[in-house]
Amino acid sequence: MVESKQQWKAWLYLSPAIALLLVFTVWPIVNTVRMALLEDYSIAAASGGDRVFSLGIGNFVKVAQYQNFLTCLKNTALLCVATVPISTLLALLVAVALNSIKPLRKTLQTIFFLPYVTNSIAIGMVFAAMFNIVGSVGTRRPNIVTLGIINNVIEFFGGHYVNWINTGSSYWANMIVLIIYIVWNALPFKILILLGGLQSINKQYYEAAKVDSTPRWRVLWRITVPLLSPMIAYVVITGFIGGFKEYTSIVGIFGESLGPAHAPGRLNTMVGFIYEALEQYHQGRASAAALILFAIILVVTLINLQVSKKRVHY
Amino acid sequence: MKIVLQHLTKIFPSRNKKSDEEVVAVSDFDFEIPDGKLIGLLGPSGCGKSTTLYMISGLQKPSSGKIFFGDDDVTELSTENRGIGLVFQNYALYPHMTVKQNILFPLQNLKGEDKMTKEQMLQRAYEAAKLVQIEQLLDRKPSELSGGQQQRVAIARALVKMPRVLLLDEPLSNLDARLRLQTREEIRRIQKETGITTVFVTHDQEEAMSISDMIVVMKAGVVQQIGQPQDVYDDPANLFVAKFLGTPPINVFDGHVKGGKLYVGEDAVLEIGGVADQEVAVGIRPEGFVLDDNGPLVCKPVNVEVMGRDVSVVSTHPASVNPLVRSIINADNRFDLGNESVRYTIKPHKIFIFSKDNEERLRFEVK
Repeated sequence: MVESKQQWKAWLYLSPAIALLLVFTVWPIVNTVRMALLEDYSIAAASGGDRVFSLGIGNFVKVAQYQNFLTCLKNTALLCVATVPISTLLALLVAVALNSIKPLRKTLQTIFFLPYVTNSIAIGMVFAAMFNIVGSVGTRRPNIVTLGIINNVIEFFGGHYVNWINTGSSYWANMIVLIIYIVWNALPFKILILLGGLQSINKQYYEAAKVDSTPRWRVLWRITVPLLSPMIAYVVITGFIGGFKEYTSIVGIFGESLGPAHAPGRLNTMVGFIYEALEQYHQGRASAAALILFAIILVVTLINLQVSKKRVHY
Repeated sequence: MKIVLQHLTKIFPSRNKKSDEEVVAVSDFDFEIPDGKLIGLLGPSGCGKSTTLYMISGLQKPSSGKIFFGDDDVTELSTENRGIGLVFQNYALYPHMTVKQNILFPLQNLKGEDKMTKEQMLQRAYEAAKLVQIEQLLDRKPSELSGGQQQRVAIARALVKMPRVLLLDEPLSNLDARLRLQTREEIRRIQKETGITTVFVTHDQEEAMSISDMIVVMKAGVVQQIGQPQDVYDDPANLFVAKFLGTPPINVFDGHVKGGKLYVGEDAVLEIGGVADQEVAVGIRPEGFVLDDNGPLVCKPVNVEVMGRDVSVVSTHPASVNPLVRSIINADNRFDLGNESVRYTIKPHKIFIFSKDNEERLRFEVK
């Protein structure tokens, strides 16, 4: 504990950071709450000094009544529920596999980590190219130049090509592409965290398990996973938080239309909804949506923490 | 189940790829461990005792040589299939499981005809817990136990599947002195009750001597001597074994044999036969000194340590290899520190002489 005489020094050293946080984090949050609670707020009106707006929860009601908002909420929730478990499980398997090999480990680690250092819009464009059908599809007379690498592979194994992202593609085809992309994009961070966790597990637990003739799957399930549970909880919680903020991946693949050409906005998410509202100068609606998103993330995280209390050891 | 080790050798390749310096951890270990005995592998750190234990467990593969459990050659058998119980130095209890779950764990892995019902498993786990006297701790987590209790849980976990062989790696090193005394008696009792052939590793000679049926003294990967603790103590094969066993340790002097007499420095302490005239190292156990005003060995007293039943006289002698000579004499002998010198005669069976060249024991007859 710092002596009270010395405390002013501590405050002095902290002050630059505190000042920046106050200006760029605390004030915007306060302002968001304010704007969300002011009905019919608009920048134009506010700067003109017109106090035509009144206090109320009208913004929240409006947001909830939007059909578009429900679509966004559904998309976001769906992506979270699908991608977080899949990416966590895959990351766990990859981390365990990486941890149990010696040759090429460094090389493979680098390969698995590449998505993390690559721009997500760029990755999105590459993914779009992989799933894209060049030519016209879904029209009366399809004229296909190339089906894209994924469809080529499917056809190579004797399947029928799928319209993943082009005009006329189905909602679920779009979702599958998004899920694959998000999972792939989320893997490196999770692998990194889990691999770090694995390497800190005492090898003797595995030797003890070996002495007791424990089958491999049982070692994974009864020893590795429980001992890794703090890390798993961490990647699941951060995964959900990240998942609820999903937006760039959709822009990356579908562009700013946020959906295939025949159904723009179909894949919009919560963050997308907020951006849209801002673009239309509805600060009140955007703020209300942001607070709703915040509340959802808070509740989900609390549930996560509650579950992990029972499941996480130590 | 007897364990036979035939020419067991373990060579670790050099870590540095450029030099081809290999490390011979265990060299040509040849020994048959009789059924149902408690064997202590003893030696300073780096002597290969743990490597030997891990080769018996199968966690390390021998470079050459064979291992038999009974008549089965298990050299190529992996750890999983050897049917051993192993207690690790730091116990390696699964921290996320309760004591009960830890003990049940090996049973839940049993397959085929060994497979048990839940009730049988619980029964067995309870029996094992009772054997090591932790039946009231079954619902605790390892972090809620003391070191000694964790040790017992580790032993129960190793014993619960009725292993053919029980291996203990430095079982007492993480316990405090008092608990160590208690636990080593426990290990002895449990081993006697179960009759499982048990091998344990230790660097503490007192621990090994006190509970083992037989001890194996190792140095730099080579077995120095095998035998019952008292025999090895009374009849060491070389200077290393003599120095390693016994507290306080043996006193070593520079000496020589000349004309049928054994000299310690310039003091002729014993008339002996059977050894040619040569320079020798003389080892005298602390309890081998007898106070005698006309005794041949003359030392200069420094200090007296009273230990109740016995008195330890600390003195110096010009030929002593160590700075101080320590003798243990009966407390009935009043000792006056004011004297210029203290004289001893030496009990002949407490004196050993060793060759100066190879430190091997030179056996002599007392005349």
